[in-house]
Amino acid sequence: MLAYLVRRILYALPILIGVNLLTFALFFVVNKPDDMARMHLGVKHVTPAAIERWKQEHGYDKPLFYNPASETGNAFTDTIFFTKSVRLFIFDFGNADDGRNITYDITQRMWPSLAIAIPTLLVGLLVYITFAMTLAFFRATYIDYAGVILAVVLMSISGLFYIIGGQYLVSKLLHLVPISGYATGLTAIKFLILPVLIGVIGSIGSNSRWYRTIFLEEINKDYVRTARAKGLSERVVLFKHVLKNALIPILTGIVVILPMLFMGNLILESFFGVPGLGSYTIDAIRQQDFAIVRAMVFLGSVLYIIGLILTDISYTIVDPRIRLGGS
Amino acid sequence: MSPMKFAVIAIQIKSTIAQIPVVFSLFLVILTATVTISGCSGEPWNNPYPKSQSQQNIYYSTFTERPKHLDPAQSYSSNEIVFTGQIYEPPLQYHFLDRPYELIPLTAIAVPTPVFVDADNNELPDNVSVDQIAFSVYTIEIQPGIMYQPHPAFAKDENGQPLYLDLSPQQVEDTFSLNDFAHSGTRELVADDYVHEIKRLANPRIHSPIFGLMSEYIVGLSEYGKHLQKVNKQLVEEQGEHAYLDLSQHPLEGVKVLGRYKYQIKIYGKYPQFLYWLAMPFFAPIPPEVDQFYSQPGLDKKNVTLDWYPVGTGPYLLSENNPNMRMVMVKNPNFHGELYPNSGEPGDAAAGFLADANKPLPFIDKAVYSLEKESIPAWNKFLQGYYDISGISSDSFDQAISFNTQGEVGLSGQMRDKGIELVTGVGTSTYYMGFNMLDPVVGGLSEDKRKLRQAISIAIDYEEFISIFVNGRGIPAQGPIPPGIFGYQEGAQGINPYVYDWVNGHPQRKSIGYAKQLLAEAGYPDGREEKTGKPLTIFFDTTATGPDDKARMDWFRKQFQKLNIQLVVRGTDYNRFQDKMLKGTAQFFQWGWNADYPDPENFLFLLYGPNMKKDKNGENAANYHNTEFDRLFEKVKNMNNGPQRQQIINDMMEIVRKDSPWVWGLHPKQFTLYHSWYHNVKPNLMANNTLKYKRIDPQKRAKLRRQWNQPVTWPIILTIVILVIAVIPAVNSYRAKIHARGVH
Repeated sequence: MLAYLVRRILYALPILIGVNLLTFALFFVVNKPDDMARMHLGVKHVTPAAIERWKQEHGYDKPLFYNPASETGNAFTDTIFFTKSVRLFIFDFGNADDGRNITYDITQRMWPSLAIAIPTLLVGLLVYITFAMTLAFFRATYIDYAGVILAVVLMSISGLFYIIGGQYLVSKLLHLVPISGYATGLTAIKFLILPVLIGVIGSIGSNSRWYRTIFLEEINKDYVRTARAKGLSERVVLFKHVLKNALIPILTGIVVILPMLFMGNLILESFFGVPGLGSYTIDAIRQQDFAIVRAMVFLGSVLYIIGLILTDISYTIVDPRIRLGGS
Repeated sequence: MSPMKFAVIAIQIKSTIAQIPVVFSLFLVILTATVTISGCSGEPWNNPYPKSQSQQNIYYSTFTERPKHLDPAQSYSSNEIVFTGQIYEPPLQYHFLDRPYELIPLTAIAVPTPVFVDADNNELPDNVSVDQIAFSVYTIEIQPGIMYQPHPAFAKDENGQPLYLDLSPQQVEDTFSLNDFAHSGTRELVADDYVHEIKRLANPRIHSPIFGLMSEYIVGLSEYGKHLQKVNKQLVEEQGEHAYLDLSQHPLEGVKVLGRYKYQIKIYGKYPQFLYWLAMPFFAPIPPEVDQFYSQPGLDKKNVTLDWYPVGTGPYLLSENNPNMRMVMVKNPNFHGELYPNSGEPGDAAAGFLADANKPLPFIDKAVYSLEKESIPAWNKFLQGYYDISGISSDSFDQAISFNTQGEVGLSGQMRDKGIELVTGVGTSTYYMGFNMLDPVVGGLSEDKRKLRQAISIAIDYEEFISIFVNGRGIPAQGPIPPGIFGYQEGAQGINPYVYDWVNGHPQRKSIGYAKQLLAEAGYPDGREEKTGKPLTIFFDTTATGPDDKARMDWFRKQFQKLNIQLVVRGTDYNRFQDKMLKGTAQFFQWGWNADYPDPENFLFLLYGPNMKKDKNGENAANYHNTEFDRLFEKVKNMNNGPQRQQIINDMMEIVRKDSPWVWGLHPKQFTLYHSWYHNVKPNLMANNTLKYKRIDPQKRAKLRRQWNQPVTWPIILTIVILVIAVIPAVNSYRAKIHARGVH
């Protein structure tokens, strides 16, 4: 297992370099350092000298990849790409182009994102599994048909509708919770109820149908028939045998997204005024803040790789037949 | 239904209900209890603020984008000045009520009068010709006894030594915000702080957006910037990037301290508009020790910078800076005090704007600004009374505004029922469409090119544009100068005679037939080139490429089709658009300008030849160059307002209207809604420090909030009942299924 993990981490390095290179190339195809300077200095009264000074101060006055005229003689390292990338690998994200510390911002903004993402995940799991198991239990009855139709209807509605409709109904008409906002501590609960509820309802359709399919697949397997033949009640068959086995694909599917939870949900956070990480990258792209863009893409890649590794590990936990790294 | 059957069904329902899981019943009990208890408290459940704040004298508003800079030398955006305007105090300010806009002292004792001197520094009389003036000298005397807000940079130990100007690495490690410093102090505002701030404009580490512009005026600032760049480079090489650049060691030629409360600024030539700059936060004081405090290594990694924690003498200080959620300002305990104005323009007394005359400012104890990126939640919270003031987005315009049969604007019944009030004002801005005057097709000053541009100006019906796309919130522009700025003229004498006729007391757009005639005279009869017969095609460069912009672009195409001209919309991103403008390769474009200060010079310079965008990187985006206009501009820019200046401006208007380098577009009209508990809401589009004049009636607000936001709980109970009823058949079905299989 350890050797496998080490190997996976080493494989991750070229992937991260590649992702960084790609981010860099894509960003600078669209934005030149002059454009970035203009964006940061504003549109009024900006002189070419001010642009040059900004580039110099922020290290964007060098060539992108190759610097034959380097004063230090390092044609490859005295470039924007190298100077802006190398510190990422020790997780030193430095300052945004507007001067604010990126690590500080991330550590401040990840908690509100998690405050929505974790309850949504847990409550959602409970609701989706319960709903899907009910449909599987009543398979081929009017309850199943009605449930599937409901799920398809819920899937077909835009996520934005749930948000605006939820705010309108629950907050504006019924006055039950604040329309938007955020607070720390226990006060946060009243702000989180609605986004979590909407997050859960918005995904009921797709997740319940997927889980129902998994349950139905399990229900038709031989061991279930054997269990029933042994005289076990349907409840025991479902909860003790089917659920346990069906959880393998469900949980492994969840493990891969766990590290990404803290990256936040752009639309939900925007509408509910939650100060999470959801809009951090988008705002940075809009403001041409390369420092934030590269840091967030790098972090996202690292988290995705971690998610994949965790998935592999979780397979070995839920299914003892799987051995990592062995022949 | 027989009684027997009914009884059987009733028993079935009863037995089914009895099987509902205990947890469900428990949930019902808890919910009912919560509803009852909360209902009794009378406090709205949807209140986003702590209950303790409900009766407090707090102003609630929103911001849509996080402010990037709160350092006065850097901050230049309207979303930043909402905060910096209340915290920092430049020497001058605009009178809150008087119109036209008038400068009055803020921290200064009086508005300075420039002294003109020649190249040998000999004083010249006031009425001397501009050519003889080598320099203007402004001497500013500030009021003594003004104190800064509490800040750790001012904290001193028992020996009078600064406590926090030499932090140890451990102290920096333990610091996460300014609140982590146990002590704070204050000190008196002195002239040197103003001089220090002017030097900061040239600091290479700060990147002030007005450094380039001010270098053209403040004597020695340009050289000072170069000097500081060298010094900074050397300092960084020798001591590292956090070495403190002590500006007090580097004098600036054009700015001098004359005494504890007096300083002097020397500028090149005559530039009367300089006074307006002295009312902006760029010229607010920054104490050198504050710069020294924030420059300590490691603090920037905790975002402990002047950009994050501003320091000023104004009526408010920033007590919470979380630009991702909330910005909070509270009263500065050391504020020097100021009185509400006791005079204004005619009608102010009747409108109630003088009811608070001579009362001490500020009225509001605390201001809470919440981040609202989306307009719908912000609007709904305003309607619930959780924001005191609101703009009107397109989505909510019909809900808020109604037009009477005369086309006059008024509030809708729903707004009136809530006691909401409307205030409107034409912004000191202009949005126009420009022709690139260097372009071979649409540019140039020949008669045929003029006629082509005039024809297009007639065809683009801005009255219709304003009605369709901005809900009537704008007035068609007749020239570059918006209403409220000296030089703008109302009525028949103020119209653009090349596009409008004055008919029955109103401007009327000339006919399309006349525009077609002009087009034919320009060499494009029926929209085709006379010589070749090719259709005339105009290329419109725009960054409006989103799905929402499609209708707008289609409308523009339709306007050109009136003349049989083909409009090709070239959508591009912002960077490419800027590139095209700088290189002068765009043919037709949209642009806009917000006034820096209320002087016609700030609009006329947008058409001044030496200020063109191509090659000179100026603000003349159309690259317009008319020698006579330039000559008159040089004359008018330094004149005092009066009939003579008005006459020259009229002459300039005639030139540019005839040349038509812009389709003059529109001046936007601001619509602002506010609740009945919010007072002294008079639009002042130039002043940015107006929070101190505003007053709230918190008791009235709390009462109305309670009235408007009583929780409605019956739909929840109904939903639960429906769910329970829906479960009954499922439970029955489950039981039937179990029994059918005979498994227990």
